[in-house]
Amino acid sequence: MEKRVTFKGWLLPLCLIAPQVFISAVFFFYPAGQAIWQSLFIPDPFGLSSRFVGLGNFEYLLGDSYYRASFITTAIFSTLVTLAAMIPALFLAVMADRLVKSAGAYRTLLIWPYAVAPAVAGVLWLFMFNTRVGVVAWYLGQLGYDWNHVLNQNEAMGLVVVASAWGRISYNFLFFLAALQAVPRSIIEAAAIDGARFWRRFFTIVLPLLSPTTFFLLVVNIVYAFFETFGVIHTITSGGPQQATTILVYKVFSDGFVGQDLGSSAAQSVILLLVVGLLTVLQFKYIEKRVHY
Amino acid sequence: MAIQISGMVERRGAGLWLTHLAMIAGVLLIFFPIWLAFVASTVTQPEIVRPPMPLWPGDQFVENYTAALLSGVNVPVAVMLGNSLIMAVGIAVGKIIISLLSAFAIVYFRFPARNLFFWLIFLTLMLPVEVRIVPTYEVIAGFGMLNSYSGLIFPLIASATATFLFRQFFLTVPDELVEAARVDGARPMRFFWDIILPMSRTNIAALFVILFIYGWNQYLWPLLITTDPSMNTIVMGIKQMFPSGDDVANWPVIMATSILAMIPPVVVVISMQKLFIRGLVDSEK
Repeated sequence: MEKRVTFKGWLLPLCLIAPQVFISAVFFFYPAGQAIWQSLFIPDPFGLSSRFVGLGNFEYLLGDSYYRASFITTAIFSTLVTLAAMIPALFLAVMADRLVKSAGAYRTLLIWPYAVAPAVAGVLWLFMFNTRVGVVAWYLGQLGYDWNHVLNQNEAMGLVVVASAWGRISYNFLFFLAALQAVPRSIIEAAAIDGARFWRRFFTIVLPLLSPTTFFLLVVNIVYAFFETFGVIHTITSGGPQQATTILVYKVFSDGFVGQDLGSSAAQSVILLLVVGLLTVLQFKYIEKRVHY
Repeated sequence: MAIQISGMVERRGAGLWLTHLAMIAGVLLIFFPIWLAFVASTVTQPEIVRPPMPLWPGDQFVENYTAALLSGVNVPVAVMLGNSLIMAVGIAVGKIIISLLSAFAIVYFRFPARNLFFWLIFLTLMLPVEVRIVPTYEVIAGFGMLNSYSGLIFPLIASATATFLFRQFFLTVPDELVEAARVDGARPMRFFWDIILPMSRTNIAALFVILFIYGWNQYLWPLLITTDPSMNTIVMGIKQMFPSGDDVANWPVIMATSILAMIPPVVVVISMQKLFIRGLVDSEK
């Protein structure tokens, strides 16, 4: 879609667009180009010179068992976060939608955690499950379950998943509730006259009508789990124990800044760029689909 | 008849109360972490380190919050709050200004390389800071912008999302307005100030809420470029308050800081709820 009527001149629009283009060039494209460039080199241990290795860094990464493990960790982590953030949100939204008059009040209450930063959410959950002072860990101990996410890899994964999904429940709830409220009453009432009970109506009518929202939220939640959960992992586990919670973004950070392995970190950045590109294309496929409705 | 149908669709009696009960249980469960943090910020350290800690607030509210705000652990929390405020407002205002200008240029002008610029802006969607951290850090270090507000703000300020949102909105503005403006001999910037800007008010406000939270909640970027504690933002500063090694963390002060870190974004979201939801749903489309 384009404007029929426009203003004349080309200097003014170039000046108007210049700040955004300049900032994108300096802080987005130049660093991304640098990442691609650096991924082709291995710096010597003193950082004085670097040797061209072509795709050597990538070959090394794909053969590296730690990197492959990090890929699998990321896959498990993002699947679990997406499920843990979407299923409770859908359930709560269905409940709230039935309470027509008080849906707004519940929405105000449930919106809170969205505003809480992932890193702060990490601190809150760490506090509850802290092995020394955590109140939930203590009650679990009373029940005979010895909670220790510092040593137990599965418990560490469970904790970062729950802490990451927590704030997203609010976000997904808002979208599901908006979509549910947009389902035409007449369809639901027609089904009710035909004798369909609530859950039957939900699975045969409402859920299919929600599918565009569900697909959109799936992509957005996966992007979130991939790229925005760094704060949760850094505050709760720092990638441990034994790298059990080292997702790809955390590994770029720990190899690049802690390990100072710049070539490998750059190659990892490039792989992540491809992942974001793929997810963005998916997201736009969704928008195209919506346009056809 | 209508009453009977709505009886079939909406819950009445026992079912209604069960639904309310499920909702309340859900809300309590989701609130529990925040409640516990608040309780911890009002009790003494010994009450926390001898589990189980109380589940009802104590009487140390004033003491703990004063200790956090005025002395903190590495740096007074009041300083970190100020840094976060500057960063969040800087990012939100900066993004809105440059996006308004570039969207205006793209929609209302035909100029050389217009499509190329449009695609360049579009591509930044695919470059979150997390995937280009090392080179971006090097750029900032090269400019001598470590430990500075401009270093905190500028790398996060270019936003394709805001540009698209304004572009979508400008496309819905009737062409007659431009024609009228041209007949009246108004210059483009006059049109921008007198017509476009006032019409975009709600969009700007909605976007501000979302971008403020985005900026406030940043973690990785401030962690990398603020090595000086007096430049720490509150969200990344909390982690720095934990002692390394076996020392016991000062939980009441840390939890008071956590509560302080979530108050500004929560207040913004709750008080501008309608705008926020509208902005969220629009910007994700």
